[in-house]
Order: sequence, then structure tokens, then C-alpha cells
Amino acid sequence: MHRTVTVLNPEGLHMRPADKLVRAATAFQCQIELERAGQIADCRSMISLLTLGAMQGCELVLRAQGPDADAAIEAISHLFDSQFNEP
Amino acid sequence: MLELQGIAVSPGVAIGKALVFDREGYSLARCLIAREETEREWLRLVEAVEKANRKLEESREQTTATWGQHLGGIFSAQQQLLLDPHVRFETEHLIRDKQYSAEYAVSEVFAKYAAAFRRASSSFLADRASDVRDVERVLLEALSGKPAPTLRELPHEAIVVSHDLTPGETAAFDPSKVLGICTEAGGPGGHTAIVARGMEIPAVVGVGNFLHNIRSGDEVIVDGHLGRIIVSPDDATRERYLLRRKARESIATKLQELRDLPAITSDGVRIELMANVEFPHETEACLARGADGVGLYRTEFLYLGHDSEPTEEEHYQAYLQVVRDMKDRPVVIRTLDLGADKMGMVRPAEPENNPFLGLRSIRLSLRNPALFRVQVRAILRAACAGDCRIMFPMVTTLDELRSARFLLRSVSEDLWAEGNYTPCAVQVGMMVEVPAAVLMLDRFIDEIDFVSIGTNDLTQYTLAVDRSNDSVADLYQACDPAVLRLIQRTHQIVSAHGKSTSVCGEMSNNPAHALLLVGMGIRTLSLAPAAIPVIKKAIRSVTLGQCEAMAWRALRLSTAREVEAFLMNQLAGLVPEIVLQA
Repeated sequence: MHRTVTVLNPEGLHMRPADKLVRAATAFQCQIELERAGQIADCRSMISLLTLGAMQGCELVLRAQGPDADAAIEAISHLFDSQFNEP
Repeated sequence: MLELQGIAVSPGVAIGKALVFDREGYSLARCLIAREETEREWLRLVEAVEKANRKLEESREQTTATWGQHLGGIFSAQQQLLLDPHVRFETEHLIRDKQYSAEYAVSEVFAKYAAAFRRASSSFLADRASDVRDVERVLLEALSGKPAPTLRELPHEAIVVSHDLTPGETAAFDPSKVLGICTEAGGPGGHTAIVARGMEIPAVVGVGNFLHNIRSGDEVIVDGHLGRIIVSPDDATRERYLLRRKARESIATKLQELRDLPAITSDGVRIELMANVEFPHETEACLARGADGVGLYRTEFLYLGHDSEPTEEEHYQAYLQVVRDMKDRPVVIRTLDLGADKMGMVRPAEPENNPFLGLRSIRLSLRNPALFRVQVRAILRAACAGDCRIMFPMVTTLDELRSARFLLRSVSEDLWAEGNYTPCAVQVGMMVEVPAAVLMLDRFIDEIDFVSIGTNDLTQYTLAVDRSNDSVADLYQACDPAVLRLIQRTHQIVSAHGKSTSVCGEMSNNPAHALLLVGMGIRTLSLAPAAIPVIKKAIRSVTLGQCEAMAWRALRLSTAREVEAFLMNQLAGLVPEIVLQA
């Protein structure tokens, strides 16, 4: 399962969005990854997400593998689309 | 007032308040634990993580209550860093498999990520480094039960005083806050010296035990020219140093005007002044001071303070940047010179009794061909971008030189076979640092393009003196007649074959020594970028005849003391402007 998501937040995938992303990802059983130009981040790891250095407008490939992969992709793309509910 | 003598490793005078980093307090010792204690150590860390997490949770709640969810979210994110599975996995590995203490493991892992973030091109990531450091601090506090300030965030300008500093600690220095450095341990080639010179922070190392005589807040003077430390100076001494510092600053301003003028004697002999650099960013200092090229690019920084071996790409980028920045000027890259006091990560299996006579430098490289090839590949690739030369350190026997050249040739063939690479003519040189190499130089000379004399090691190996050993450091004299004879012989053999000798040790940084070398026939000196202006001034003030007369006399003296006194006297007569009254 994969889908392309775009970082809409003006400050990029910074601390708070990454925090929300990790919290969302840990709720699922499946393995969830984000890829940016060959660099792959584990969505359960804050450090690894920050290392992507994803700025606003950056396109990432969201991948999930496991029993609840579909739901995970849905939930996480929704986070990206809603700008992680950041003010 | 207390005056102490150490080893001057980075020039300049610093006057300021001491900040003492002792083993228990600030500094994290490279601390290993017993195999049977690893399980307990790991549990100790797990507990500390829980404690730190509670602390962050409290901060989050308080901040959220006062400032709202938006700001409180920062702490929530820091909690994620603290609980990060990758961080957990890596610290567990360091503690269980490498027997690191919990503190040391935490500081290594967080330092690694903070450094990775700082290196990143986006300012967004660079700012994250401070979050990583915050989390690290909270965790270290939880481990020790007391606040653990770090060298990275000095509260005010200070002179850092410590027993020793780890590569991680020195690399994290904020040069705007660290006025000077002074350590009990350490030698001229250690990482403290390397980093201090790179950042142009006055530093004295190898002072011996004195931390019990100094407290944070005491006034200290670090004299990076004479290797002197003065604790709680009296008024007269402070005044004297303030005057000297002012005098040096005004000399430095005048010397800066020479930047675009060549280093040429008053009778027209051109001397090439190249720079010794450790870090890629130093090219800026080289160009600002009018260096003719890079005569010695030390590559050890790539290995120090990192957990893993540098990749070919990391080597390549570091070399390419310097070659490009220096435009068409020559850049001499010295292959790995680790070992002895500069231990990186490749270590001999057994601790060595005599590391300076052990598996170091080219010996270590030849013993680890896989690692050596990575570096050589990167150098050959970078060589396509400009005038980049390769130099092998500490060559002692002809077999070593031939093995190194063999590897160089096979790497070049590999690169060519892979495509995307056009072999270009890369000059190959060797460092003369061991008396055996001088004695046999007539056999080496046909198999190399140039020679560079590393006077630091040559002095140490000729006089059998470890200058990081306090008890014998006074025997270490680059101007010892024995060393001068070896330099003279080297130059004679090399020039008889129409090749060039440069001198890249600390001798080149000293104006009196530099003029002596010119008088002995040396036409290329490689020195710290900061020393280029003063050496250029010295050269422009003399004729070749004066230097030759100086060398003729110096080579007829019998002791290092006589040579030194004679040279100082000559310098005062020839270039009085740069001689300061002590």
C-alpha cells in the first residue's frame, strides 16, 4: 500500500507535526514509512522523521505494510491534508 | 598568581574567566563498564528515561496551562525524541555490546543526531539540534540526579579548563564563547589542538595536574604562543598581557595589508606559503590570508567523533569542497594519519605499549586496505576537479611506499573500469617524518613526485622524545642540530633530483625557524593559515643572502639552545616589527 502525500504546513514537517505523526503511527500495528528522494523514515521514530527535513510543498511517499495498512494510510494522509491540525 | 608551562598548540592570547569542566561535573568521560554490569546499566537508563519523561510531561502540562497547547506541544515532541525507538535501540547497543556507561551512550547517540541535524542544509533541521540537546540534558540530569550543563551552551564567554576534552565536546564548541582552551592532558597532534587551531582559539595543552589549583570564575591568561597558563594574574602581569595582545592586534592589522602581495624576499626569491588545514571550512581563512594553496590537508577529522567509518561520499565531498574553494591552487591531501594520540575508530586488537612506535598512520592504512581504498578513491575522484595531490604520511620503508602506490594504481584502474572517471595525473608525495626515510631517501626519490617534511614527528623520532610527556617535553626542540641536519640532507637529495621539498610541521609557523628553512634552501612552507601573514612579513623583510648566512651559522652550532638563541637574536635584528618583548 502506498500513496503520495504533500507537506502543507508552512513550517514543514517540524517538531509538532512529527509528534502527531508518531502518535498516530504507533496506534497501528503495521509498519509505516515515509520516503523522500530515496531517504526512508520510520513513522514511529521522531528522529528519523525529522531527518527527512521535509519542507512545505515537499512530496513524500507514504507506505504501510501489515494487517491495518489501509486504515493507517487513510489516517496519516488525512493528517497531512489537514496540516496536522496546526493553528 | 600561578604560572604553568604546557604545550602551545594554537597561537594567540586569551584573558578571561575560567570555566572548569571536571570529570564529575561537565565533562563526560569516555567511560566503559564491566561486562557483568551492562544489564544493570541498561536498567538504570530505562529508569532515567521514565524519570525524564515525567519531567517533560510536567513541563508540558505547565506550559500548556500558561501558554496554551501550541507551546506545550514542544515538550510533547521532546518526549517523542526521548522515547524514540531508534535512539533506544542505539543506546541499548552501545551499553550492552560496547559496554558504554549509560551517560556516555546517551551523550554519544544524541551528539550524533544533533550533529547530523546541524550539518543539514535546512535551517529548520539545524534548529532541531537544540531540541535534541535539550532532551539529552534532561536525560543526563535524570541519570546523575544533578544538573549537567554542557560545553555547547556556555552561559558566558570563558576559558575552558579541563583534564581533557573528547572530540564530541571540542567539536561542539561555540567559538564566540570559548576564548581559550587549557587542558591537563593532550598533545600537539590531539584533537583538542586540531579543533582549537581550526577555530583559531588560543590553546595550551599538556599542562599536567593543576585543576585542584583553579576554580570556575578565576581569572586565567592562556598564552598560546609560549604555552603558558597564568592563574589569577597580578595587576602587572595582566597589564603586560593586555599590552602584548594589543600590540599583536595592531601587528595583525598591518600584516593583513600584505594579503595580496607574494611572499618574496627583498632580493626577489619567491617562497610558496601553503596552508595546513583540518576542516573544509578553513579554506575561507586560507584565501583571506593569501595562501598559495593547501600544503597539508589533514583528513583525520572525518574519523574523529563519529560512530561509523566515513563513507566514500563523505570523504569525496570534504575533499571536493577544498579543491573547488582553492580554485586552481594546489591542494595536498594527506591520507589517514590516525593512531597513537589520534585514535579514531580503527584500533589495533591489543592496547599498545608504545603507540607512537606502533600501528599508526600509513601502517594502519596498509593494514586496513578496504578502508584505505575508500579514502584513496575519494581523493582520486576529487583530483579531477583541480590540482589535487596525494601524500602518504610516516613512510618508513620503501616497501610501504610501494604498497601504497600499488593500491593507488589499482584503485585508479577500478575507477576507470567503472566508467565516469578519467584518470588524471595526480602527483604523489611522501612525508619525511622518520629518520630512516631520510637515510634512505635516495632510494625513495625516484618513486615519488615531492617530499614534505613533517618536523613535529621528525623531531620526536630523531630525539626519542614524546613531547606530550611532561617529564621529557623540554628535550623536544625542532631546532636541535640533529633535526636540522636531517632536514638539510633531505633537501639536498630531493633538489639533486629536481624535485621539491616543503616543510609542513610547526617549524614553518615560527618566523625565525621559517627564515632558517629558507636559508637552508626550502622554497615551500606549509603552515597554519593564521601564521601566514607574519611569516610573509618576515620573508619580505630579508634577502636570501641573509637567510643563507643565518643557516650557515646555525648549522655550525652544537646545541638546540645555542641555535634557538642565535635565531631569536637574528630575527630581532632582521624583522624587529614582529618581535614582541616578552
